[in-house]
Amino acid sequence: MVEAKKIKEPLFHITKRAPMPIWKTILIRASAVLIAILLSSVIIILITGQNPFSIFASMFHGAFGDAATQNKAGVADTRRRLLQEMAILLSIALAVTPAFKMKFWNIGAQGQVLMGALLSAIVARDLGVSLETTDLGSAVNLILMLLAGAFGGALWAVIPAIFKAKWNTNETLFTLMMNYIVICLIGVVRKIWEPNNDSIIIANGHFPDLFGQKYVGILLFAIALTAFMFFYLKKSKHGYEISLVGESVNSAKYAGISVAKITIRTLIFSGAICGIVGAMLVGSIDHNISTTLDRGYGFTAILVSWLAKFNPLFMILTSFLVVFFLKGGAQLADDFGKYGVTNSFGDIIIGIIFFFIIGCEFFIAYSIKFHKKKKAGN
Amino acid sequence: MDIFTAYFTGAVGYSAILLFGSTGEILTEKAGHLNLGIPGIMCFGALGGCFGVSLIGNVPVVSMLMAILFAFLFAGALGLLYSLFTVSLRCNQNITGLIITTFGVGCTNFFINKISSVSFAKVAKQFTQLFPSYKDLGVFGELFLSYGFMVYFAIIIAVFVAVFMKRTRAGLQLRAVGENPATADAAGINVGLYKYLATFIGSGIAGLGGVYYVFTYLNGAWEYKIDALGWLSIALVIFSVWKPNLAILGSFMFGLLYNAKAYIPGISAPMKEAFGIAPYLVTIIVLIITSIAGSKNVQPPASLGLNYFREDR
Amino acid sequence: MEKQIALQLKNICKYFPGKVIANKNVNLTLYKGEILSLLGENGSGKTTLMNMISGIYFPDEGQIFINGEEAVIRSPKDAYKYKIGMIHQHFKLVDVFTAAENIVLGVKGERYKLKEVNTRVREIAERYGFDIDPKKRIHEMSVSEKQTVEIIKVLYRGADILILDEPTAVLTPQEIEKLFAVLRKMREAGKSIIIITHKLNEVMEISDRVSILRKGEYIGTVETAKTNPKELTEMMVGKKTDLKIERVKTDFDKPLLEIRNLCVNSDEGSLAIDDASFYIRGGEILGIAGIAGCGQKELCEAIAGLRPIKSGLIMHKGENIIGLPPKKIIEKGVSMSFIPEDRLGMGLAPSFSITDNMMLKTYAEGKGPFVDRKSARERANALIKKLEIITPSSETPVRRLSGGNVQKVLVGREIEAGPNVIITAYPVRGLDINTSYVIYDILNEQKKKGTGILFIGEDLDVMLALCDKIMVICHGRIMGIVHAEKTTKEDLGLMMTGALNLTEEKKDKNYGIAKDSNLTEEEWKIEGEKQAEKEKTNG
Repeated sequence: MVEAKKIKEPLFHITKRAPMPIWKTILIRASAVLIAILLSSVIIILITGQNPFSIFASMFHGAFGDAATQNKAGVADTRRRLLQEMAILLSIALAVTPAFKMKFWNIGAQGQVLMGALLSAIVARDLGVSLETTDLGSAVNLILMLLAGAFGGALWAVIPAIFKAKWNTNETLFTLMMNYIVICLIGVVRKIWEPNNDSIIIANGHFPDLFGQKYVGILLFAIALTAFMFFYLKKSKHGYEISLVGESVNSAKYAGISVAKITIRTLIFSGAICGIVGAMLVGSIDHNISTTLDRGYGFTAILVSWLAKFNPLFMILTSFLVVFFLKGGAQLADDFGKYGVTNSFGDIIIGIIFFFIIGCEFFIAYSIKFHKKKKAGN
Repeated sequence: MDIFTAYFTGAVGYSAILLFGSTGEILTEKAGHLNLGIPGIMCFGALGGCFGVSLIGNVPVVSMLMAILFAFLFAGALGLLYSLFTVSLRCNQNITGLIITTFGVGCTNFFINKISSVSFAKVAKQFTQLFPSYKDLGVFGELFLSYGFMVYFAIIIAVFVAVFMKRTRAGLQLRAVGENPATADAAGINVGLYKYLATFIGSGIAGLGGVYYVFTYLNGAWEYKIDALGWLSIALVIFSVWKPNLAILGSFMFGLLYNAKAYIPGISAPMKEAFGIAPYLVTIIVLIITSIAGSKNVQPPASLGLNYFREDR
Repeated sequence: MEKQIALQLKNICKYFPGKVIANKNVNLTLYKGEILSLLGENGSGKTTLMNMISGIYFPDEGQIFINGEEAVIRSPKDAYKYKIGMIHQHFKLVDVFTAAENIVLGVKGERYKLKEVNTRVREIAERYGFDIDPKKRIHEMSVSEKQTVEIIKVLYRGADILILDEPTAVLTPQEIEKLFAVLRKMREAGKSIIIITHKLNEVMEISDRVSILRKGEYIGTVETAKTNPKELTEMMVGKKTDLKIERVKTDFDKPLLEIRNLCVNSDEGSLAIDDASFYIRGGEILGIAGIAGCGQKELCEAIAGLRPIKSGLIMHKGENIIGLPPKKIIEKGVSMSFIPEDRLGMGLAPSFSITDNMMLKTYAEGKGPFVDRKSARERANALIKKLEIITPSSETPVRRLSGGNVQKVLVGREIEAGPNVIITAYPVRGLDINTSYVIYDILNEQKKKGTGILFIGEDLDVMLALCDKIMVICHGRIMGIVHAEKTTKEDLGLMMTGALNLTEEKKDKNYGIAKDSNLTEEEWKIEGEKQAEKEKTNG
């Protein structure tokens, strides 16, 4: 074929690429994480002037404990905290996954967790006093707390879902706003309880410690939820419907599925789990209610779930990655505070790593073809 | 100053932060990009402003201009990062936005302590009171002339962006890009360029909200609360149905709602807290009404949130 | 006076990836002040050719001359430079903008003042007899108004050569009249116009000359005054080729699906199916022939319950299925598969595995909360074996399969469910010959089992060989239902282009109504009233 003379040939051309083998995608993602870590090290060196290995060692100690400076109990405690935070983050990430899988952009996990927490805190404080006079009463109280949590979370998720299903109201913005309403509500309740801004202590409705540790409850919950969610999404009829709606609304309709029904059902479920996590934060871990109870995980969980490609098993890895850098960053602030490292450093590293991970998806989905310059006389 | 004047001026002072944020976000969203990184970008703007001042110290007027310039550049740069990922690499806009927020807030918190050695409180004086003799004009002066330069600047920018989008060819083409990029592309408009520029300039404008927050609203202090204000700015975009001129009124209304608790006599402390809900609730109601009414003139840009790839057509 | 040449194409060739020849050695001449019709079947390369003139594609070989000088057209912008403008079939308009804003979009080098634009738009409208309000927004406009905006957009940029790609496909007869009046005025004003159309009566009415393409090749040009629809049809469809597709003889059963007076709207709100009555018997293949966009898709979707109908009745074994949810219609044994241009649009979930796609309509069966993937996998493997689907495994996402294999999965799944009515649109689209024959065999096998099949096809030769009867639709209206053995390709072509209407010739004979209907006329009446009542209550 004789190509006609072209003057303005674009430098490169982007096309969708055929699906690549899985080992290649893993390779690309792994190298993205690696490059991100290398880049982070360069930044650390520039800021502190310290040996990057000592910095990574410090982060490692922050996450797993340091036998050299801590006693045995200290090391165990650090690791417990790592597991606890991971369990909380993982649980929320799992909770938001069904909605995301059907392309419902629920960024209101924060609100759903907090609403669940708020309602269960109210139950614990206001009902708990009168209920916790007998063993049975205590048990009833705990069950009520969980139910209140589930209800609160589900309520906060289903409202945007109903409007999305009925009128296609933008769920991203709706759920975002719902977060702040809860935050204000918590402020209201706190003021009612402690008009003088004293710290809130919820003395009732404490979940029993399992194996003598308060974090075991949430950990078991996270493990059970991971397994459940894996099977729910992969094997159940609900999971099939969720995937199909997310894949193509047209195909779902073709298969006779009511998209509105699935949307509402899934969001009730998703919100309820968030709410239960909230209830556990109140009853099992913090015994407190505050606007930062969710530790900002409401948003981070979305990233955790997304980066794991909505696969519950991968989420163990991504939630670990995030918590590792959060804990490690905090340790850095302790160890290298004199060089100006603060707590926020973990956020920066997480940001950089996330950037690389989402950025590398482009190279998996697309290919760039550079046009070779044609030689004269061709 | 009577209570009404105090309430009014307080609301205006608060509203300017939101106005910067939402004017910037409107510009970005009009190009079809929902930038949830605005909280991080506003933070980054604050950082840029502090950095700009730290370069020059307290020099009359110049420090202020440096703060504004660097706030714009810093925030704009983060906007460019957002565009790199969403426009060129076609990453999911929501995810990218959330990461930008994490990153921007993290960076700001990390670096702001390193440069806060300069006395920002002194520099902040440059930002307050553009018309020192406003008191001579009585109530009118109090209500309308008692603010710093940045308040007027916020309104000017909002009006300018509104006029730009409505009256200029570039504005028309920007809106076309956000509504229907394929059509804009076919009409010979450089879709990518418009998206990049809108995000850069929009983020820059939002960043000015950060610098205003530090130097005018807090008089040179730093307090990490701006992320809530960033989200509120995004809410304001919906409230003002993607029109910057309405955002001026909307931000003022948000300011009135925010400050109401301090001025309504006899309300209990919990009620005061409850007032905080108002802006968000109002925004949700607007969101619902616009989606039910379905009137095309108040809808989000049609391609908002969707990345454009020519060969998908 | 010698006619001046406005545009000349010499030996234009265009190839697409995969050795597809879109255009081969096409020569075309367009004079100043004339209307030239470009005629050809689907896939004959008309749109591709026009896209090369308007700068969407670049020809691989050949030359384009404009006003006698060789032109290089690389982009729509270049095309405008040469004063060429194209009105595409799918409008490129911004919904929330006004007409004037759309018209001026992308125009450079003049002051931006909407007032002036409005005045100029009105001027142009007046000169050529358009009806337009420059301040009206696109989303408030009818299809024909939108088209007007597109045409003015081109004129606003000063185009002297206008190309219209099937402009009449979306218009009512009255609107077509209006459009033609405008086109004639433009011709008087010295503009040169190329109009792509399938409808022969329109070709005869509007054009000065007709150029014909077939399978990407240039067949010839004739003067409209010196030709007739029959000659044009012959040039367009070519001689009948004999395909060795077997037509299985079966004993026809009672009508399975009876459709009467069906009207269905398109997405744009215009009438896509207009008063259609026909029926399918068990053990029969009814082919539907028609130019793309004549309403086949809407008909399929209406029967499958995916698209609301405007009026009429769809009776399945004597029972009205209108208004039933798609799921209920599936359960009754009505299967619909539509292969759109991109093959994956409806009926398959691209990133699902073959196994998961097997369960698309049956996943909810069985007790318990879990899907029965095991039996689905067995079915998938059986299908892979039976239809010789080439795939690494049953767990491979269908997105990764080649087109033919994707279609086998889709058609195979539909048949495996044991339906009594199969609606299949373009099941062999883009397939090689051998795979196509596999699909035909599958359909024939179903036919033997007594299934009623609605086959929407593209290739008339195939339909003549495979189908028992062929129904021809033109612009949403049934032009005729003929026995495949007794009809000719030319007749089908004439009906497809609207030049022949058998329903009008046999008006007295209750066209498309079965004599041995499942219902008595009395019952039909009652059902019709019930349906009308339902439509009323639904608004």
